[in-house]
Amino acid sequence: MTPEDVDLTVPFGPLTLPNPLTTAAGCAGYGRELAKFVPLDALGSVTTRTVMSCPRAGSAVPRLAETPSGMLNAVGLPGVGIDAFVRDELPRLAELGARVLVSIAGERLEEFAEVAARLGGRAGVIGIELNISCPNSADRGLLFARNPATSYDVVRAVRRAADAQLPVYAKLSPDVASITEIAAACVQAGADGLSMINTTLGTAIDLDTLRPALAAGFGGLSGPAVRPIAVRCVYEVHAAMLAGRIPPVPIIGMGGLRTGRDALEFALAGASGVAVGTTLFNDPTAPLRILDELRTELAARGFTKFTDVVGLAHRTETPAGRTP
Amino acid sequence: MANPVRTEAEVLSSTPEGAYQRLVLHAPAAAPRVRPGHFATVAVGGPLSSMLLRRAFWIHRADQAAGTVELLVEERGPGSRELVRARAGERVDLIAPLGTPFPLPDGPVSSLLVAVGYAGAPLFALAEEIRRDGGEVGFMLGAASSGRLFGVAQARALTRDVLVVTEDGSAGLTGLVTDPLAQAIKAIDARVVYACGPLPLLADISRVSLELGARCWTAVETAMACGTGLCATCVLPVVGADGVSRPTRCCTDGPVFDGARVRWSEAGRVPPDPAGAAGAGAVAR
Repeated sequence: MTPEDVDLTVPFGPLTLPNPLTTAAGCAGYGRELAKFVPLDALGSVTTRTVMSCPRAGSAVPRLAETPSGMLNAVGLPGVGIDAFVRDELPRLAELGARVLVSIAGERLEEFAEVAARLGGRAGVIGIELNISCPNSADRGLLFARNPATSYDVVRAVRRAADAQLPVYAKLSPDVASITEIAAACVQAGADGLSMINTTLGTAIDLDTLRPALAAGFGGLSGPAVRPIAVRCVYEVHAAMLAGRIPPVPIIGMGGLRTGRDALEFALAGASGVAVGTTLFNDPTAPLRILDELRTELAARGFTKFTDVVGLAHRTETPAGRTP
Repeated sequence: MANPVRTEAEVLSSTPEGAYQRLVLHAPAAAPRVRPGHFATVAVGGPLSSMLLRRAFWIHRADQAAGTVELLVEERGPGSRELVRARAGERVDLIAPLGTPFPLPDGPVSSLLVAVGYAGAPLFALAEEIRRDGGEVGFMLGAASSGRLFGVAQARALTRDVLVVTEDGSAGLTGLVTDPLAQAIKAIDARVVYACGPLPLLADISRVSLELGARCWTAVETAMACGTGLCATCVLPVVGADGVSRPTRCCTDGPVFDGARVRWSEAGRVPPDPAGAAGAGAVAR
């Protein structure tokens, strides 16, 4: 068993992707920035920066603060808007061979649906990820993903508006009382998959200015510091699926993924896809390394297929301890 | 934007230059791609470091024949300290070159190169290129105190027109580089001003230059997470060629900007009128 023999292919909706690795939304620009360091077709898919209906400037600076094994960001979803995205960005991505998961968001239900409807039949697009972790302007600025009812409504509206061929993934926030409750609402509303997790809210104080380090005050924490939270969310939701409390759908695991070992950990917890995010800021060439390491980790444990390890940590037979 | 490469670059030498450290790195894949104004980033702490963000540094110069890239490093915290202490033979995780370089003047005109502290690092290679094209250069080098000046001897080797300004008067004139700026532009009849330093000074340098009819290219420093265009944290409000104001990434669209296009008074904020800002109206669309 050599690493080269390991089969990393994974099903994705009607497609088979060469491997389970994608980029976390907002960490790879629109994809072409990353293409200077990694051939985009080497990734299973590329998830874009979140696209909304109109151009958006985002937050004031400072937008970032480094924290131990992580970073806080309050970038504020800047973007070119759906018109410029489908006109300028998507064709470039398709030309580069990227299989594109388009992250979308809206401040209202209708905006989500309008943006989703624009993505049908576009070359390169293989799916839609709903960033329901942005503030809902119709609901006093609360996150859609904080509430099962609003999560349900967004997923349902998008599932109805979007091309039936495109899988719709809902990206969940860990900052909720019960992630399984939100996950269940999304799947019941027609989500074809779940992405977990978005950043978790944090803040840092700048000791030079004696004020919050971020202009926005609070920001999203990402990086290896949040990985145990992400693995817990994936594990918890996968367990609820095994127990029949949530209809089974694929999960893309993300949050602090840095190595092939981390990718394997997410898979064992129940993720059939994994995303690399903040790590790309540290090392934009990381995707190829992570895939090599994942093959090595699987081969070292005698696995020939990535899909064989998905959810394996939940198995009920007598634990054998550490596999050599 | 530059065509960057990531490489494990060997430290060939590390020498103190006043308050700063000059690192010569062997990076033959990166060196031929470097133009004056480009910057580089370095990852610190190894592959499992708890310091995730790459540190950005000005490229002082690059030598294609020797395959070297020189960085000027100011120690600011644990990350840059590690780099300052790196010894010859050690390897650093380098991405270079990044950003947009300085455009050269149109023709053999006189240029004034203005720097504050270590930010002047890229100006000396630029001066050599300007002179190679038949242009003349003058330097204004400023710092808080004499120990924080950089490149005075290098500048004097290139031209007689070198003005040193320190805030505490420990070397040259006392004050800020902006104090004698108008006089200096007139004295050498500068048609182009190249400036590197803190944003408030760049704003003033840009304003004075433009008032005197000189073109002004500014190299900015902003906090950035990646340096490669991925994260969108390092934005400044800049008016594009289409006349539309946008929060613009300093890493890929900068760090060199036409001073006339940067909305200096709005730096750090999202003004109400750029494309996509809350309340954006007729100006933006």
